Amino acid sequence: MAMEWICRALRDGALEGEHAPALTIKDFMASPLGFDVFTHFLSHHSTNISAGKSQSRGLVLVAFSRSPSFYLDLLSKRGLPIASSHHWIRILDCYTDPLGWKDQMGQCGSATKLSYDIASICGNVKDVDSLFSLIISLGRGFVVQGKVRFCVAIDSVNEMLRYASLSSVAGLISSLRCCDQISSIFWFCHADLCEERATSTLEYMSSMVASIEPLIQFANGQISNSENLSLLDQNFTRGKLHLRCKRRNGRVRVMFEEIHLGQSGINVTSTSFEGVINQGLVPKVQFSLQLSEKELKDRANVVLPFEHQGNGKPVQIYDGRKSLTDSKYEVAPIPNGISDIDKESGKGEIIYFRDSEDEMPDSDEDPDDDLDI
Amino acid sequence: METRSLLDEALGLQHLTGRVLLLEDCVETSAAFVLHHLLKRSLSQPLHSSNVVVFVAFAQPFSHYDRILRKLGCNLAAHRNDNKFVFFDMLRDFCPDGDNGKGNDGGLVSLYGKILKTISALPQENKNCVTVMIDDVSLMEVSAKGSTNLVLDFLHYCHTLISEFGCSLVMLNHEDIYSGMGRPTLILQMEYLADILIKAEPLATGLASDVHGQLTVVNRSIDDGERSRNKLCNFHFKVKENNVEYFYPGSRT
Repeated sequence: MAMEWICRALRDGALEGEHAPALTIKDFMASPLGFDVFTHFLSHHSTNISAGKSQSRGLVLVAFSRSPSFYLDLLSKRGLPIASSHHWIRILDCYTDPLGWKDQMGQCGSATKLSYDIASICGNVKDVDSLFSLIISLGRGFVVQGKVRFCVAIDSVNEMLRYASLSSVAGLISSLRCCDQISSIFWFCHADLCEERATSTLEYMSSMVASIEPLIQFANGQISNSENLSLLDQNFTRGKLHLRCKRRNGRVRVMFEEIHLGQSGINVTSTSFEGVINQGLVPKVQFSLQLSEKELKDRANVVLPFEHQGNGKPVQIYDGRKSLTDSKYEVAPIPNGISDIDKESGKGEIIYFRDSEDEMPDSDEDPDDDLDI
Repeated sequence: METRSLLDEALGLQHLTGRVLLLEDCVETSAAFVLHHLLKRSLSQPLHSSNVVVFVAFAQPFSHYDRILRKLGCNLAAHRNDNKFVFFDMLRDFCPDGDNGKGNDGGLVSLYGKILKTISALPQENKNCVTVMIDDVSLMEVSAKGSTNLVLDFLHYCHTLISEFGCSLVMLNHEDIYSGMGRPTLILQMEYLADILIKAEPLATGLASDVHGQLTVVNRSIDDGERSRNKLCNFHFKVKENNVEYFYPGSRT
């Protein structure tokens, strides 16, 4: 469910007037499946783009940790139409010669073997401003007419952070999210290679954070413990994807599911839903904070005061004055103030009674007149 | 023969083409013998007679490796004359007169240029059979005046040789010198870079006369055909004068 949710969010893209949805994928040495998850989303989103099912019409891949030919081979193996790739993918090659060493030596990189339509080399990745310009200009290559959006994928934020300061990397990502030509953006990082503040900064800028965590946690985290070798072995092929997404209204949704690395990439092996997480989050106290199933059912059957309007009875809206027809419909109050409940139908009803006749209806005077506004 | 193949089985491949292999050791247990084993294997396998090793030595002079490999039955000097073994003596070339000729990059940019030039000059059939070996990365960091970033830049450029020519990269580093450091440490960055990690450690139960230590091999090979097996193995070893015995824990009395 979490994987599907992310794929849908990337496919649907940005709403008008909102920042592009952003996904952080992070992993740890104990569960190093993050790059496989990154390539899963990359290939899945590429399939949507090439089939015209996504808001974005193209993908700009910023390749720091692998060569452009690696990604084209990978997409080809996953069944994507590489022959027509120049229509939907551009690769900014920050891998082959990131610091211009080869350029100084007069050597040309492997990217030159690829068509210039698809890959272009960035010879100085330390210049974040030019990196931004290159990404945008590559994305504009997809624009045929009108307003077309494109997606940006960054395969290693760790490498970016090695070449540039956290503030400039954060500035680049923030600028990309603000850009109204970008439909969605996702990036990958090894969380244990970043300082904590860098991870937090990236997560603040993300609308979704997918964290790959080990299924089996060890207290010392050492692989040298030979007794645990078989258990540790499982962490290289299986893991738990923990997704935290922030909605526009500020609500945070948490999902997780178990993933497995197979021959063809990442597969989902079991799914757990949000509700399970929420139950786990309820503190253990002596009194009940949760409703039982029967209580939930009864609550659903309660007819709220506004819901029984319009069923033939006169509409009653309490306007602060005693209605002339009150006496006609008033049921004799019982001492504890609770009305009769139609037990046969199993439905509840809420009827309001004033405490007594002594209580005067509201007058015309302003109830807030004592406020010093 | 059987014991020797235990390490090769753990590596799970006939040759290391396109892989990054990291050797990690500590003060108590050196992994230099694994480096020597890989060096001999790269040069001696008849199936891969076009293999070329580019050896970047920060730790020992040529004569040291020559003597050890001779005991293992491999003549480095002869391979050097045949241009199958290219030796960069970083101790001699870069360190005699302090900082002379090193510049701000510790000579790593020019070292990369030399490696690239060496590989580019090879005949086409040899280019994808090149193994670049670095002994060791901690001393490379010293040469780069402690600049971890510069070492990582160099390793990144060596990694590009893999995608460009299909080379393999073998590097040795010492795990314990990074203990107690705040993250991110160079050793962790290297572990992420590696496809295969070999750790040499002392026995958890203490010293023993018949067992010199244990090796843990983590094979994160991306080759789908080998993904399911030899993922992670652990076995003991005993270093002898002319060879090394590998055996599973408990198989020796």
